[in-house]
Amino acid sequence: MSVLVYTESEEGKFKTIAFEAVSYAKGLADAMGTSVTAVTINGTDTSILADYGASKVLEVTNDQLEKFNAEAYADVISQAAKNEDVKVVILSSSANSKYLSPIVAVNLDAGFVPNVTEQPESTSPLKVKHSVFTNKAFATTEFKTAVSIIGVAKNSVGVTENKVELSSEAFSPNLDSHDFDMEIISVDKATDKVTIADAEIVVSAGRGMKGPENWGMIEDLASTLGAATACSKPVSDMGWRPHGEHVGQTGKPVASNLYIAIGISGAIQHLAGINASKVKVVINNDPEAPFFKAADYGMVGDAFEIIPQLNEKLKEFKAQNA
Amino acid sequence: MKILVCISHVPDTTSKINFTDGDSKFDTNGVQFVINPNDEFGLTRAMWFKEKQGATVHVVNVGGPETEPTLRKALAIGADEAIRINTPATDGYSVAKQLANIAKDGGYDLVIGGRESIDYNGGMVPGMLAKLIGANFVNTCISLEIEGDTATAIREIDGGKETLKTKLPLVVGGQKGLVEESDLRIPNMRGIMQARSKPLNVKEPIDATVETQTVTFTKPAPKGAVKLVESVDELVKLLHNEAKVI
Ligand SMILES: Cc1cc2nc3c(=O)[nH]c(=O)nc-3n(C[C@H](O)[C@H](O)[C@H](O)COP(=O)(O)OP(=O)(O)OC[C@H]3O[C@@H](n4cnc5c(N)ncnc54)[C@H](O)[C@@H]3O)c2cc1C
Ligand SMILES: Nc1ncnc2c1ncn2[C@@H]1O[C@H](COP(=O)(O)O)[C@@H](O)[C@H]1O
Repeated sequence: MSVLVYTESEEGKFKTIAFEAVSYAKGLADAMGTSVTAVTINGTDTSILADYGASKVLEVTNDQLEKFNAEAYADVISQAAKNEDVKVVILSSSANSKYLSPIVAVNLDAGFVPNVTEQPESTSPLKVKHSVFTNKAFATTEFKTAVSIIGVAKNSVGVTENKVELSSEAFSPNLDSHDFDMEIISVDKATDKVTIADAEIVVSAGRGMKGPENWGMIEDLASTLGAATACSKPVSDMGWRPHGEHVGQTGKPVASNLYIAIGISGAIQHLAGINASKVKVVINNDPEAPFFKAADYGMVGDAFEIIPQLNEKLKEFKAQNA
Repeated sequence: MKILVCISHVPDTTSKINFTDGDSKFDTNGVQFVINPNDEFGLTRAMWFKEKQGATVHVVNVGGPETEPTLRKALAIGADEAIRINTPATDGYSVAKQLANIAKDGGYDLVIGGRESIDYNGGMVPGMLAKLIGANFVNTCISLEIEGDTATAIREIDGGKETLKTKLPLVVGGQKGLVEESDLRIPNMRGIMQARSKPLNVKEPIDATVETQTVTFTKPAPKGAVKLVESVDELVKLLHNEAKVI
């Protein structure tokens, strides 16, 4: 009757969102008077999960599961949930977790609420707050099912250290052939760049940059900050930047600690997608740009002057604080 | 090839979001409803399959009579037939069950939905539907080719993309990339006229239990005023000392 949490890893290494999910599970387990069981697929060094409150880890080690496969991963999580007879399953909001969550819900005939931003308002009945209308509002939703699945929004509750004793167990799920109906032909992923999904800082630029030839200074700034680069929709539509960088309501969501918007006007569809970011900085030469109303810090001026200066200043700062 | 496109009827992206009835309902007053953007990319890809590969395209919505103009718009864009399942869309799981019933009966080879609806942001209906009907499923799909009973799809992953090969029947959660923005079609007069005489079949729902129920809505607290800075020096200091993000 523990709370089950799926802890996502990549090449064996746990992601920050896995620690956030465990932290959430621990908060909930405390409120329910129970403990946290984590399930990992080919995760290594699982003892770290105890730092955030997992008292038991079900370790799945299987070469067939080396690459992400939604159907098979969903099966693993569902079988773990059934074995442990859990009532609540905690998942994250990465692209992969969002892919497998609805499949787990059907497997367990469970209610599923994604984008949950806070610990439950009540545990009996289980009621959670989650963002809707692309961050323009929140809903409080009650589960009506015996088993409930909570998808934790990225960077919402944060990571909390809460060390407990850990026991690990090997877990061997039964996989069937239908789990492997999807053949992965190729994966095209830049391994040397921070992704928008994982980044703590995102440097984003818009049409104010005038043309693709001017992105050097954006990339320099991002590299100084260890940030991911992003862009507004027209910038990707015009082919100045790859589609994968398009953020906003119809692009990727951003929930970083710091979002720096350069030469972006702040249209409602752009803001909707980046609003979950904690601190927003806007650099724009038009003091009337709507983005200033949504920002925490703003600087009015020409990006072509400000960005190189900011980059130099940050390099100095990094050197001093290294 | 028979294609079913799931159409979610959502407020236009510029809508003001307000609630009524003690903050328990979305206030539709003055709100313009549209085809969910992610579904529009899917519908346009379906039109491509119709024109290039002779596919038949049906569109479906789970909702009340108020969604019919949105379905008519899909017909005007070029879908052959529309189905409305006459029940309010309460939660994602019950919508998926209604759609699964239609998808099974209709013998569709391909079901196209969106990555998420921009109102409830569930991101769950296509995945649940796939599992319920035992079809393969590709989410965040940004490219789709079909050859016989084999599909080649590209899916967006965090930081890149992945190319997959799988068999029909298939369900995809689509988004921009399935077609480009410039490929989207505005219905023309001829399309609108034709849409009037195309079938829009209303079907009664099956019994499907509701798994989750929204009790209240709230809006985010109003944002404090922006702090304008004069120099990069000041900005770096504030980000470090006050915001503590660097
Ligand atoms: C259905 C729909 C969905 C949409 N989804 C999205 C989405 O997901 N994401 C998205 O981004 N947009 C989206 N849009 C588009 C959105 O409405 C805006 O058109 C878009 O965000 C504008 O991009 P921009 O800010 O880069 O360009 P602009 O609006 O042209 O703004 C450029 C800004 O740069 C500033 N500028 C110019 N020169 C300089 C300089 N030298 N230094 C500093 N600043 C300068 C200008 O003052 C201006 O504010 C959507 C639109 C629709 C209709
Ligand atoms: N009421 C509905 N009727 C038909 N299709 C829907 C409905 N709700 C959601 N969908 C489909 O499921 C996708 C994802 O929706 P959601 O899970 O609500 O984010 C949408 O893009 C639609 O393709």
